[in-house]
Formats: sequence, structure tokens, C-alpha cells
Amino acid sequence: MTFMRSRDAGPPPAASQLPQPGRLASGGAVNREQALAFSFDGKRLAGYAGDTLASALLANGVHLVGRSFKYHRPRGILSAGPEEPNAIVRIGGGDRADPNSRATMAELHEGLVAESQNRFPSLNIDLGAVNSLVSRFLPSGFYYKTFIGPGFVGQNRAWMVYEKGIRHAAGMGRGVPHADPDTYEHRTAHCDVIVVGGGPAGLAAALAAADSGADVILVDERPALGGQLRFETYEIDGVVAPDFAARIASDLASRPNVRVLTRTTAFGFYDHGTVALLERVTDHLGPTAPAGLPRQRRWQVKARQVVLAQGAIERPLVFADNDLPGVMLASAVRRYASEYGVAAGRQVLVFTTNDDGYRTAIDLKARGIGVVLVADARPVPGIVADWARGAGIEVLAGHVVTQATGRGRVQGAAVAPLAGGRARIVACDLIAMTGGFSPAVHLHSQAGGKLVWRDEISAFVPGRIGQAARSAGAGNGVFALDALIREGAEAGAAAAEAAGFARRELPGWQVADEAPAAPAEPLWAVALPEGVKAKRFVDFQNDVTASDLGLAVRENYRSIEHVKRYTTLGMGTDQGKTSNINGLAIVAEARGAPIPEVGTTTFRPPYTPVTLGALAGAEVGQHHAPKRRTPMDAWHRANGAVMTASGLWDRPKTYVRAGETYREAWIRETLIVRAGVGICDVSTLGKIDVQGPDAQAFLDRLYCNPMASLAVGKARYGLMLRDDGFVMDDGTVTRIAENRFYVTTTTANAAKVLMHMEYLLATAWPDMKVQVASITDQFGQIAVAGPRARAVLEKIAGRALGDEVLPHLGTAEAVAAGVPVRLFRVSYSGEMAYEVAAPWRGALAVWEALVAAGAMPYGLEAMGAMRIEKGHVAGAELDGRTTPADLRLGRMVSAKKHFVGKAMLGRAGLTDPDRLRLVGLEPADGVTPIPAGANLVHDPNAPAPMQILGHVTSATWSPTLRKSIALALMRPSATEGGRMVVAAAPIIGAVVPVKVVDPVFFDSAGERMHG
Amino acid sequence: MLTIRCPHCGERTHTEFTFIGDGERERPADDASEAVWYDYVYLRDNRRGPLAEIWQHTLGCRGFALVERDLVTHAVSGTRPLPPARLPGASS
Repeated sequence: MTFMRSRDAGPPPAASQLPQPGRLASGGAVNREQALAFSFDGKRLAGYAGDTLASALLANGVHLVGRSFKYHRPRGILSAGPEEPNAIVRIGGGDRADPNSRATMAELHEGLVAESQNRFPSLNIDLGAVNSLVSRFLPSGFYYKTFIGPGFVGQNRAWMVYEKGIRHAAGMGRGVPHADPDTYEHRTAHCDVIVVGGGPAGLAAALAAADSGADVILVDERPALGGQLRFETYEIDGVVAPDFAARIASDLASRPNVRVLTRTTAFGFYDHGTVALLERVTDHLGPTAPAGLPRQRRWQVKARQVVLAQGAIERPLVFADNDLPGVMLASAVRRYASEYGVAAGRQVLVFTTNDDGYRTAIDLKARGIGVVLVADARPVPGIVADWARGAGIEVLAGHVVTQATGRGRVQGAAVAPLAGGRARIVACDLIAMTGGFSPAVHLHSQAGGKLVWRDEISAFVPGRIGQAARSAGAGNGVFALDALIREGAEAGAAAAEAAGFARRELPGWQVADEAPAAPAEPLWAVALPEGVKAKRFVDFQNDVTASDLGLAVRENYRSIEHVKRYTTLGMGTDQGKTSNINGLAIVAEARGAPIPEVGTTTFRPPYTPVTLGALAGAEVGQHHAPKRRTPMDAWHRANGAVMTASGLWDRPKTYVRAGETYREAWIRETLIVRAGVGICDVSTLGKIDVQGPDAQAFLDRLYCNPMASLAVGKARYGLMLRDDGFVMDDGTVTRIAENRFYVTTTTANAAKVLMHMEYLLATAWPDMKVQVASITDQFGQIAVAGPRARAVLEKIAGRALGDEVLPHLGTAEAVAAGVPVRLFRVSYSGEMAYEVAAPWRGALAVWEALVAAGAMPYGLEAMGAMRIEKGHVAGAELDGRTTPADLRLGRMVSAKKHFVGKAMLGRAGLTDPDRLRLVGLEPADGVTPIPAGANLVHDPNAPAPMQILGHVTSATWSPTLRKSIALALMRPSATEGGRMVVAAAPIIGAVVPVKVVDPVFFDSAGERMHG
Repeated sequence: MLTIRCPHCGERTHTEFTFIGDGERERPADDASEAVWYDYVYLRDNRRGPLAEIWQHTLGCRGFALVERDLVTHAVSGTRPLPPARLPGASS
């Protein structure tokens, strides 16, 4: 009932002038001075500050809020809390849209825009409702039995056609295809006691713990503390419950050792007292949120003691058409009336199996709402029934609602005796149902706590837990108010005591309420009336009915975990909060087994959905991982380098000059290195300082080739194996002094090699006097390669560097560009080459001096092309499955000494002569590039599976030889009898016949590095 | 989210450490048979209960700790430095 805005009308009416027909004349904690305009499915409505979206919708008489997942049945608001399965809407738009939001938890703000989901074209006229017409073909698990064939299409093909349609129909909300504009924070906190839940038990626990002097964190998912106190009408300490809650809240806020976090959900309880929280910082403010605040915070709390006081969740009752809009949980109905001043209906029928339903009936009646009837399934209800009758409410004991009637909205209820008999239709516009309360044991169970079934309350309660945690209150199966307050206080005091704080007197509150509660009667499902074909819903969000569960049991799905997955019971975004217990009880009845034997499914975090943004925090985009830069990083970027990520490092691939393509650039670089001189930034290589009297003996044990004979001033290429005999890494070892070595590793394995060394020194050879330290970040390193390398180095070092000063595999010190440097004469490119190590801060000066002296920079592409031309192995060949012999380095393996990996290297499987072995490849036609990663086979058209002969590890266009070349690992038997080998990569459609050649394509005698 | 007490640095969160492996293995002697080495390299007990594990404080002191952890409940019953006792077969 809002005013439709036409083009000629004036501005829309102010929010304060929009009528709210469902609003009670007075009452509630909402601020009636501050009306807020919002829209739902395009319709402009009004609520008050303090409303949730759900309470505001009910205040406007809006009950239809969505269409169910599978059958597209009209659905209304069921609850007033995070357990809501129906009122799942999309809030906001554009890049701030939030699909699958629960209207019952969304706080209303000015201008809030909400849309219903899962309907087309509109909520009222939804084409998906056709699913309801064919529902008998869509029971649980229907997709396992259908969508097979028709045979002539071919089985796989038919499914591919159906899949597109199913994919479109499945799912609830629509994803948001925009980057998230908000920021999120991570925070860590430590405390002595964390109390989860700010209801009466939690408040008592927090106070008791705080009184002892412990550091306390109290969290509650709602905007204000109090839990049930916010909407009940009883008195504590002479003050009505909501006011009492406010009093305690301000007491706690004033204490320096208490941190209160409202609008904060504890969504996970992990090991060692770790509780994860999601704090909603600005969601409730909408557009008025101050800039600079994160939207949400994810807290990681390390608590020495945990008190779980999360309360209990009300259970729906399972009867025909119990999903009609207007069927709601009874405590929610009274919460809407009491806390929000909203009448969800004016003629309410209460259907209960316990005393709590009467609380709703009596409260509503006292507020002037019509209560048509209380149908109590128990034949003997107890004293509460007399109170209700005394208030003028009709009570039918031993009666149940067998069916909700009405079109798209509750218009009546069929009420019949539980024992059987004719039903009479009672007119009503709301059915408030309560099947009892299930303790919220999620966090307890996540932390490994066991559950115990208590028959007398028909509930699972927390049992033993291996962590420093305790449960209290309704979450522990204690429902009577004075008992749960006492239990909460005791839990808080015990927790503080366990954390080392002396116990103080417990808070003692005078509770004016309680009647001796008559026991509740479990009623897991109301039988379908004779001849009635209707659905009785157990899981509202996933459209799972009681007969689906019966079907699963009949098809022999015995375990509750199987039933869950077969029927999707409890698998929606509500994680089955209102369906788990009813579901497993129905399964237990169908199996004829006691409920504890059926058990619950596993509880996993998060308790309620958590945004990915909150989990990522600030580590998004470039900040996802640290970036490591070499000393020459800025120079590279300023000089046309195309950078690439190499682990966490950024490295230049090539330096593109004006008018050049990328390919032309690295080809130019390769040719210049081989003809003149080039420099390459190799600072990212791992560098390890190894010192000590036993350092040489240590290195001799570490590498498979001899190191004991390495003299001072000499360098040696080394191959390091794992204990299982496979090659782990390669690098160079340079003996700088008697007891000091400079060890290099590959970039990728730097950390792994250091840890390997530290581990062996700590566990295997603790008596060795050796110290190792990473010096990767302390030195920049530059490769200088090419026939003119020596000349350029002599120029910047200002001294002669002939063979007598710096022979092949030698080392020497020098000063270049005023920077002390160490020179190594080692070659990766096969050319005459050196590496220059300079202290980090001086490395750029050395680099620039080399450039000024005529050296040209080259990057990873040229470096890679040259090492492949020389058949030098790199990461692609050192894939952890190759031995030295596989890489044609078998002669490096010492026969005399012991080294890591020696024992396993001798295994029969590792000495098999037909193992994959390093070979070179050229395309048979001399031209076609060979794709790295391609498999080697004899005939790619042979039927699969076929024998794989090997694979291509590295490939490049060779600028030096002007042809395509590749390195591969191949079984030697593949070319027996002159058989042809083909490199095939079906995934990119490549088929290249190849010639198998020596892997050293260029300068096979290795003469060029001697100058 | 586990808390591990480094013998040198005190209580730290497990994200500062790297899990190294089973701390109850004995490294075989250099000249032990291939079968003994095979056992050491590949075979592990998968016990449903406590295990002494080696963790390295890689983001801290880079020292090693032997952590007694229950593989089912993750409860840590104790942490101690690596034993100084020599393992058989180690030599200087």
C-alpha cells in the first residue's frame, strides 16, 4: 500500500508518511521518530531505525519474500534470526550487491534496496513455479536417475545438453561480477576468557569472569546485547527484561577489562582456543558509513578459556504445506511484536508441543493481537494452558495442525486430534509453530566436542570436549531462566578461575518468571491426512520434504551423512539450522533406530556465511603475496624490460627497444651475448654462507660429486640429491677461505636447500661444527657473458683478469665502480662468462658501470635459449623425478665417498637402463616449433591409452643455430630400430615428428668458455 | 591456529613454523642396507594418537623443536629441543 509514483506526480512521500499497516500502535525498541525509506522489488516502503529488513517488511504486511529453491513455491519469513531459510534476498546493487542475504539479520538503513531471488520474471508471477506442477518427477536425487540418454544422442552428449539448463536453474542468488570496492581488516586479539553469546547466560558469564579480573571478550551477533532478554516480558531485579539487558550492557561497557563486540558472529572454533569472529562494521550504515572504516573485520581471538553461550534454535513443525507464507516460528512472532512493535498477523493460531508456545499466545493477546487458538499436541499440557484460558485464549490439548490452508498465504489451518479423527478448518492469518528448541552446538562440535542426546528435552547437548571450553545456558540444554543464568555465571567464574583468577561472588539476579515447565513432547512429523497430497517440508531452503527422507531410507541410504548428501538436507546457506534435528529424527523413525544412533552430520565452520573479502583482508590484488625485487629492479623497468614473476621475485624476460617486437628483442640479446658481451641480473639465485672447521666435510656429504678436494679460491658445479636418490638442486660451491664457502642454489630452491642443510646439521650430524646462513638478500649478482666479457670486466675492475689471475672455475676479489666485489668464473651460457657478486647497496652501481663499459643487458628468454643450446639442465629437467644419470651427469657421482642419497640411488629402479634420459630434439621438417610439455609417442593416432616414451622439458627457437630445438626426457628404447618419434600435445592440437639428437646443440666440445 | 612453544622464543603461533616431519625416525648409518634406507625414506606409522614431530621455527630463530602432538585432537602435550643425543650412524 504505497503511493505509485507517476511522471506527473510530485516528489515521493516522505518515509514518515508512508503507512505501515503491520505496525503496532506502540511498543518495541525501534525509533518511531526516525522513519527510513527502503525498497523491496522496486516498491517503496518505510520502516523505523532499529528494524531489520524482515521486521520492516512484516510491518508493511509483506509476507511473500521469495521462491523456493527447487519447486519455486511462494515463501515467507519464517524466523527472526540467522537461522532463516526463506527470506534470502539480494541487498544492494552494482558492485556492492550482496546476494543470499538473510532479511532477518539485515539492519534497515535509509535507502536500502532489496530484491527477492530465484524468480522470473517476478515474485508474484514466477515461471519456475512450473516445477511445482511436475514435482513428482523431481524428488530428492532425481538427477541421479534422469538426464541419461536418449541413446541415439550418445550418453555423454545428452548430458552436455541437459547440463546447461540445469546449471542455469540451480543456485539461489546471482553472483556479483564486479571487484569488491570495500576494504576489510584482519585483527588478532588475546584474552583470558571469550564468551560467545550475549544472552542472559552469556551476560552472567561475562560479568562473573570480569569480576574476577580476567580479560574478557564478549561477542554477540546482534546490534545490542541481551539475546532473549531483548524481547521477553518477564522481570529481572524488578526491571523488565529489555531494560535489564541495557543495564548490564552498559555495566560491561564501562569495565576496562571487558571488550564487547556486537554485530559480531563467532563463526569458527578452531584448535588451541582459537575463535574466529566476523564483525560487521559498516553494513548497517549503508551510504552514511564513514570513509576509511573497513566494511567488516575478521578477528582471530586466542582465548585461554572459551565459554559458549549461544542459545538454542527453535524447531519448526513438519505438517502439510508448512511452507506457506504466514507460517512462522512462535518465538519469532513474539519477538517481532515485542522488540520491533510488529504484528506479523492479526489472527494468530499457535501450534505447539511445549510450554514456550503459550508464552507467544499470552504475549500477543496482551498486545491486542487476536489469538484464535492454541493447538497443543500434548494431551496433558500443564499449568500454562490454564493461564492461557484465563487470558481468554482457546486451548485444544492433544490436537495438531495437519495442514496449512490458503493460496499463497495462510488463510486457515486444519486442526485434528493427534490420535486421529476429522479435522476442522480454523480461519487464521498466521500459524505460529514451535517444535521445541535445539541447542546451538555448532562451535562446540567444530572444536571436536562430542554430543549427548537427552531424551527428556529431545535435544543434543554438548558433551566432552578436548579444549578449554564450556557451554552454558540454552545452548547447553538448560532452558529455565534462573537455572541458565546461574549456569552462565558459574561457567564464567570457572573459566576465569581456570585462567588463574580468583573467584568472586557470582552475580545473583532475581528472576520473576518461571512456572514448573511441563515436559515437551517430541513430534517429529504430523502424518498426512487421509487422501491429502501435499508436501511436508523439513528443510525449507533446499525443498526437502518428509517423504524425501522416507525415500532415501527406502533406497537404503542408512547413514545420516549419506541421507544428507542424497537429499541435500541441511546443505543450503542456512546449513540446516532449522532442519537438522527434525530431519535426523524422521530418518531415525524410518529406520526404527534410536536418535543417538543416527547421530548428526559433521559441523564445519563457518557457522553463518562469511564474505571472501573478510577472509582475504588486506591481502588482495598485488598484496596477495610479498614481492621481492633485485637491486636493479627499477633500472630494468626504466629500460624496457618485460617483467615476469619468478616465485615471489620479479625478473626481466627481455628488454624491448623502440621498434622491436618481443621476439626480436631476445633474439638480438642472444646473438649479442654470443658475439660480444651481455649482462644478466642473477641476484635471485639462492646464496648461502657456509662456515666452520667441518664446512668442507659437510659439503662433501651434501653433494653427490666430490667437494673434499675443492681448493681455496676455486669453484665447482655441484649436484645435490635427496635421501631418495633424486636430484634436488644444482648450484656452485666456491671456497673463499679455508673454512668458508659461498654456495649458490637455483632461485626456486633457495629456501628448500637452506632448510635441508639446517635439518641435517640439527638431526643427522649435530656434532659437525658448521654454521649456515642465507645471504641471498645481502648480495646482488650479475652474470657477464660473451667473448668480450673479460675485457669489460677488466675495464670496470681496473686490473688484469687473465687466466693466471682468474682461471676457469676460479674466484677473485676486486673493486668495481668503487664497490668491493667478488668475481667467479663460471658459465651457464657456454660463453666465456663470469658472475659478479656485489653487496646489495652497491650492485646497481656495478651494473651501471658494466652498461657504460659496453655490456648489453639480457633477460630470461635469452638466458634460457642459450642454456638449452648448450644442453644445460634447469628446473624443467630437475623435476624431482630425475637422477644424475638420467641427466647425463652420471659421471659426477662419486663412487668413493658417502653422500646424501647414495643408498637409494643404487636401487634397481633408478639404475634401469631404459629410464627416461636427457636427449635433444629437432623438428623433422627443421621448422616447426616443438611445444614444451608435449608427450613423445610413436603414433599419436594409435588408440588410447598408448605407451608414452617421454616428454619435452624445454624448447626454444635457437637464434645461434637458426632452428627450433628442444630438450626432452625419453626412454632410450624409443628409437630402437630407427623408429620415428612424434611430439604430440593434443590439448593444443600439436603433432610434430622429431629427430632425436645430442642435447648439446652448440659448441659440444665446450671450448667457447675458455675464450 | 596451533600454539607451539619454541624452546628459544616461547609461545608462538604455528604459522611461524614449518612442519618438518616425524621426529621418531632414526637416520640409518651410511652403510646400512638399501632395505633399511627404504624404510627410513618412505615408510611412516600413521598412528591415531600422539606423535613427536619436528617443527622448525623458520620465521623466527630457525631453530628446531620436537612437538608432542596428538594427531586426532591436535592437543600439544609438550615441546622440547631436539635431543642432543647422537643418532646411530652419524659421524663427524
